[in-house]
Amino acid sequence: MTKWLEHHLPKLVLAPSFIAVLIFVYGFIAWTAWVSLTRSRLLPKYDIHGFIQYDRLFASLRWDVAMNNLFLFGTLFIVISMVLGLILAILLDQNIRTEGAIRTIYLYPMALSMIVTGTAWKWILNPGLGIEATVRGWGFENFKFDWLVNPDMAIYTIVIAAIWQSSGFVMALFLAGLRSVDTEIIRAAQVDGIPTWRVYTAIIIPSMAPIFLSAFIVLSHLAIKSFDLVIALTGGGPGFASDLPATYMYAMAFSRGDIGQAASSAMIMMAVVFTIVVPYLYSELRVKND
Amino acid sequence: MKKLELGAVSAIALVTAGMATAEPKAEVLHWWTSGSEAKSVAVLQKEFAENGGTWTDMPVAGGGGDAAMSALRARVLSGNAPTAVQLKGPAIQEWYEEGVLADISSVAEAEGWGDVLPASIAGHMKCEGSWCAAPVNVHRVDWIWANADVLEANGITMPTTWDEFNAAAAKLQAAGVIPLAHGGQAWQDATVFEAVALGILGAEGFRKAFVELDEATLTSDAMVAVFDQMRTMRGFVDPNFPGRDWNLATAMVMNGEAAFQIMGDWAKGEFLAAGAKPGEDFLCASVPGDGFLYNVDSFAMFDVDGEDNQAGQELLAKLIVGESFQTVFNLNKGSIPARVDVALDDFDSCAHLGAKDMAASADNGSLLPSYAHGMALRGAQAGAITDVVTAHFNSDMSSADAVQQLAAAIANSL
Repeated sequence: MTKWLEHHLPKLVLAPSFIAVLIFVYGFIAWTAWVSLTRSRLLPKYDIHGFIQYDRLFASLRWDVAMNNLFLFGTLFIVISMVLGLILAILLDQNIRTEGAIRTIYLYPMALSMIVTGTAWKWILNPGLGIEATVRGWGFENFKFDWLVNPDMAIYTIVIAAIWQSSGFVMALFLAGLRSVDTEIIRAAQVDGIPTWRVYTAIIIPSMAPIFLSAFIVLSHLAIKSFDLVIALTGGGPGFASDLPATYMYAMAFSRGDIGQAASSAMIMMAVVFTIVVPYLYSELRVKND
Repeated sequence: MKKLELGAVSAIALVTAGMATAEPKAEVLHWWTSGSEAKSVAVLQKEFAENGGTWTDMPVAGGGGDAAMSALRARVLSGNAPTAVQLKGPAIQEWYEEGVLADISSVAEAEGWGDVLPASIAGHMKCEGSWCAAPVNVHRVDWIWANADVLEANGITMPTTWDEFNAAAAKLQAAGVIPLAHGGQAWQDATVFEAVALGILGAEGFRKAFVELDEATLTSDAMVAVFDQMRTMRGFVDPNFPGRDWNLATAMVMNGEAAFQIMGDWAKGEFLAAGAKPGEDFLCASVPGDGFLYNVDSFAMFDVDGEDNQAGQELLAKLIVGESFQTVFNLNKGSIPARVDVALDDFDSCAHLGAKDMAASADNGSLLPSYAHGMALRGAQAGAITDVVTAHFNSDMSSADAVQQLAAAIANSL
């Protein structure tokens, strides 16, 4: 009996969460895939009608805008957050005295909810209340900073707020990475008289490749599932100029009673996630098998 | 043994008591949770209780009803629908097609709803000929509100054509007043758009375009003219309008920062709450053009089991359309009664104008459902139109392109 228990206990303990994941993640993915092939409107229906919802999705101007915004937002958000995070981490790594305090300050935005970040930036960027009004108040009457209300620029305000929120977190990741580099190698390089910037570009940063990968994965899924920030900051506006796929899906599912359309957009979002995550998983698993 | 007997007797007593009275019970799902709205619902709740009913309140706030609709979907899918749900327009028919609505024709016929409700509004409350919902009020959407002092100071009267409006707005702009207070949210863009469309297309054109989705009308030159006028209006709003809530826009009219606002009669509530008087401090008129766009709140009755629930449903339907509730509720909410035979003595002058216009337009067939407020079309089609309207208003899209996209978007949403 004890032998049997010893043998099966790990499986028994894991079974509930395994079943939960099976149903609530993979089961519902399958359900969504099914619904995305139907003509479901207000309530889900189960008669398959082929790829009609995907045809509608790709014919929709609003979805087009949302996907373009996702690529624009995702690219800028990930690249700038990583560059900024790396620079902050390197600067913090110079054995400065108040490192603890500064690190906390930079990490602090991460503790806020996206709704708070979005609302705060909405006020900061509002031309009538925030930066523009303040600078004009200083006497620069022609100063213009109206990105929030400009349909061509609204998506960049989301980039700004998202970077403000996340770059401190990326900094913390990189700082941990910098600390994990073998100090012997760095000292050896310094003895050989190699300039500091070369030490960083040739030794430290290349040895942090896994950290870059983790930061990339974390940031890209943050970008794809971005929803609350858009709702709080621009509400998808002006018009639907700053819509993202997640807000499109929400509008279809909950405001317009078009569940089939929402399901198909959710499947496309998942496909985007997979194209990013699958190569990562593949490379991870291959390393383990070696 | 003694104990068992006692138990059996009391069980029988309980059962018979339950059968004998069938005390009316109703669970009501709604999203009237803010100040004046909550007060309005409390009126119904009180009346229901006075008639011996037990009211289970199920308010779901948020998202202009989106959250409540999600709750409703979950309840219906689990086979446990509420007794009555705040629903309106084509959404009632959509739920009927899911086969979950009840038939309340017996109450409606006993109370003579057919005689006291305007025919086009009654049409929304019927599902394939039988009554399935009860109307609460009529909001007029195509109102234009103005600051009386600002108009007087600039020598302007309420415009009766769009050309007059444009001329007045240009004059106000030159005088340094924001001509049109507007909030750049999709539904507000749509509200202005349908008011313009009613004026330019006329009642018949509006019906063809936004009720029947007639392609010839949607792509007509008149529709191009509607988008042209929207482009002109875009020049009359202040640059800081995107994302502004409607009540802040109303406040701009109130304090004289802006002259006009095009908004439904819920804006009147803001004026009145600030102590402004209709006709003196602020003016109300229908937007240029003939017709009346209505947004009717109603309660749809869902199929429920149990005599007590059905009794509750019937009592609720009777009270909702009853004269006393229609008066008290609409005084609180700022709308006008859906039934035409209610005395309007306690209502203000704007409500009188609204009721008069409603009766007149019901007679000449220009009493029309508002598309922007989900009365004319189903969510997917109305949403598709709004997407184009708001994209046009917030960019430099040409009117011809907008008309083309309008037709394409509607075709894609069907």
